[in-house]
Amino acid sequence: MNQQKESTTLGMWLFLVTEIMFFGGLFTGYGIYRFQYPQAWAEASHHLDVTLGAINTVVLILSSLTMALAVHFAQLGKKQLLVIFLIATLVLGLVFLGIKTKEYSDKVEHHLVPGHDFQFEGPWSRQATLYYCFYFAMTGMHALHMIIGMVIICVPVRWAMRDRFSAEYHSHIELFGLYWHFVDIVWIFLFPLLYLIGRHGHS
Amino acid sequence: MSDSTNGHEHAQHIVPLKVYFAIFFALLALTGITVGVAFVDLGPLNLAVALGIAITKAVLVILYFMHVRYGDHIVKVFVSAGFLFLLIMLAITMSDYMTRGWIVTPRGWQ
Repeated sequence: MNQQKESTTLGMWLFLVTEIMFFGGLFTGYGIYRFQYPQAWAEASHHLDVTLGAINTVVLILSSLTMALAVHFAQLGKKQLLVIFLIATLVLGLVFLGIKTKEYSDKVEHHLVPGHDFQFEGPWSRQATLYYCFYFAMTGMHALHMIIGMVIICVPVRWAMRDRFSAEYHSHIELFGLYWHFVDIVWIFLFPLLYLIGRHGHS
Repeated sequence: MSDSTNGHEHAQHIVPLKVYFAIFFALLALTGITVGVAFVDLGPLNLAVALGIAITKAVLVILYFMHVRYGDHIVKVFVSAGFLFLLIMLAITMSDYMTRGWIVTPRGWQ
């Protein structure tokens, strides 16, 4: 039992390491162009809504807490609390995606989606297109990971409701928790890097 | 059955609830600080502070929410190796792009 648990945890981490490198590639590309066009990056970043971004950061940290609590109650064999905290995590994920949808629709309204409709005042229009390509690629991949996570989260909820759960057998919940916390960590880096560039110049 | 239950209890470390709440409030505080500091002009230090806070938050999540602190050594090795390779990719790529002028801004971009 012990060895099985160790190997599943290790397997999950191996997958997360590939995810680190996957998002790492996006962050590296971001870093190269931020270094190349620092002023354009700051200008483009000022069109993002810091308040919505900060609220989403808090929502995601809270969802990480509810996920950690779900794992905690799974370890103790408390089925009811496990289901409650898994559903809380799911709801917080939905809130995050709702706020993200609002932000995306604001970008469409303000002509900030890269493409023929893109409009950006000032000398940095081309570089700003590049910034918004990174913005949509990185937040989009992050949101996709959240959607996948929210689909997967329904499985342990269903299993727990059908009593296919016990204090001995709950490694799937712990492994899912690792995935969910990883998605939170990606956002922990996305928020300051995308939203908080050179804010002191523009308040 | 009771044997496997006992064996399992040895295998898992149950983190006290107050640890989770302490980490949660620390993460909230660090989020507040990173937003506040972004509006203060520190020159090039702004990026360093933002990254420092983000790395601190990530380490807190990894050690406590993801239980790596209480996990096996092999898990710690895997996690460290993952971030080490990320660091290698970032450091070597950035040192090239920052010093060699590889990117030529296309005509009409400025």
